[in-house]
Amino acid sequence: MKEQSEETPQGPLPVVDFLKIPEDGDPYLEGFRCTSCDAVYLADRAACSKCGARDTLKTTRLSTQGNLYVYSIVHRSFPGIEVPYVSAIVDLEGGGTLKGNLINIEPDPEKIEMGMPIEVVFGDALGRVDRDGNTYLSYFFQPRG
Amino acid sequence: MSEDVYILGTDMIKFGRFPDRSVPSLGAEAALLALDDANLTIQDMEAVCCGNLGQAAAMVGQRILQEIGQTGVPVVNCANACATGATAFREAWMGIKAGLYDLVLAVGVEQMGRGLLGGAGGAKGIPKEGLLGSQTMPAVFAEAGMEHSRKYGTTFEQFAKVSVKNHHHSTHNPKAMYQIETPLETVMNAEMIAYPNTKLMCSVNVDGAAAAILASEKKARELGMGRAVRVKASVLTSDPWQERDLVMPDVNSCTRLAAKTAYEMAGVGPEDVDLVELHDCFATAEILHYENLGLCGEGEAGRMIDEGESAHGGRIPVNVSGGLLSKGHPLGATGIANIYEISTHLRGEAGARQVEGARIGLTHVIGLGSACAIHVLEKAS
Repeated sequence: MKEQSEETPQGPLPVVDFLKIPEDGDPYLEGFRCTSCDAVYLADRAACSKCGARDTLKTTRLSTQGNLYVYSIVHRSFPGIEVPYVSAIVDLEGGGTLKGNLINIEPDPEKIEMGMPIEVVFGDALGRVDRDGNTYLSYFFQPRG
Repeated sequence: MSEDVYILGTDMIKFGRFPDRSVPSLGAEAALLALDDANLTIQDMEAVCCGNLGQAAAMVGQRILQEIGQTGVPVVNCANACATGATAFREAWMGIKAGLYDLVLAVGVEQMGRGLLGGAGGAKGIPKEGLLGSQTMPAVFAEAGMEHSRKYGTTFEQFAKVSVKNHHHSTHNPKAMYQIETPLETVMNAEMIAYPNTKLMCSVNVDGAAAAILASEKKARELGMGRAVRVKASVLTSDPWQERDLVMPDVNSCTRLAAKTAYEMAGVGPEDVDLVELHDCFATAEILHYENLGLCGEGEAGRMIDEGESAHGGRIPVNVSGGLLSKGHPLGATGIANIYEISTHLRGEAGARQVEGARIGLTHVIGLGSACAIHVLEKAS
């Protein structure tokens, strides 16, 4: 058993830096958009990797609506990771592409349609906690409508 | 344009699992085989370029020389993901092309663990695998294959046929990890790892090493062109920006860029190529590269595998060695093992799997992240 820190566990913490949890309001995803070429990123960088422009990346709130681009159904993963799950790549409306778990759908190629409308939802990170006992908030994809 | 560069010797060890051997000893074995093949010694080499990923910080090239002769020549250690071996070969090619050396040893070696490759997520916070999709290599390449399905309707069965073909090819390659037939039902009914890749559609993690002796035109003429192989093109690219880069490593655009550049450099087109060793790290990947390398038109890769065009005896045989799927994929060795395979056919020495009359061959590897290396080789005499 790992040594616990003496601090009281906190949570939920964002699972990735681009997930924002405001003190008052709903969680959302925030990326960076290049004001020169419109490319969207999930993290800041020294210059735009598409056009090379500097100082042009501004924060932008990402849409929770999108479409499934492609997926894989994962049946074997690293030890301790529960399977199966659907690894999905989703194009968000207005720019930005995310990878995540597609939930609330049968993990069956007959049931999953590439291009299908998807929404981003937020929830606990499958009960995973870090070594200090902190809980996390994650994002997931689910079929829309 | 400066003079051509030639391969005077090349060989590989039989790929397998050698947990009791060291990385340098595997590399040394391949290096000595290649030197013997060229009828040269380590004392003849003016530089050494070594490719290894797992011990990239541990001077593998120098440790190989400790096993076969410490001559004091420059040694470069390369790491470039799965393009590591091909990058080392290209470093050797560049040294000769620049006029610095007449003879250079390129060696690639890897000792692999078993199990899944892929990023297990950062140390910070909690594991992301299975929470934010999958970073396992079978899933990443499954998704790349599904992009082809989305565009062209490519089926699970068509992807599976790649493995049937490559496993069949390896039954004629004594240096491959496996020599077993895997009929279509066997491939499709094997354990599903990441749909649409079953276990038999994933490359085999093995230990291996391969080496080549590169020579200047002057030196090749002096030593004899009889079994020499001309390097018509050596190209390395990185991944140009793509919209989905951040979540979907792109193996297509870097391959297309490398292929275009390589065909121009070699002065040939895909229709002139007699055989190809391409990066079939997963069955899904091979389908993508038929089109990326111009071996067929856009959207025709499914038909190409259906009609046996890429099988031995077909229009353009692909991975007659068994490929990464069956020969095995020791990351740092793979790029040079591909060059060994093509060279062996161009020399007419490939035995039961010989592609008859082969004069021009192409090798292709991808390092995810990404790098693409392509070499076009030609029979010299």
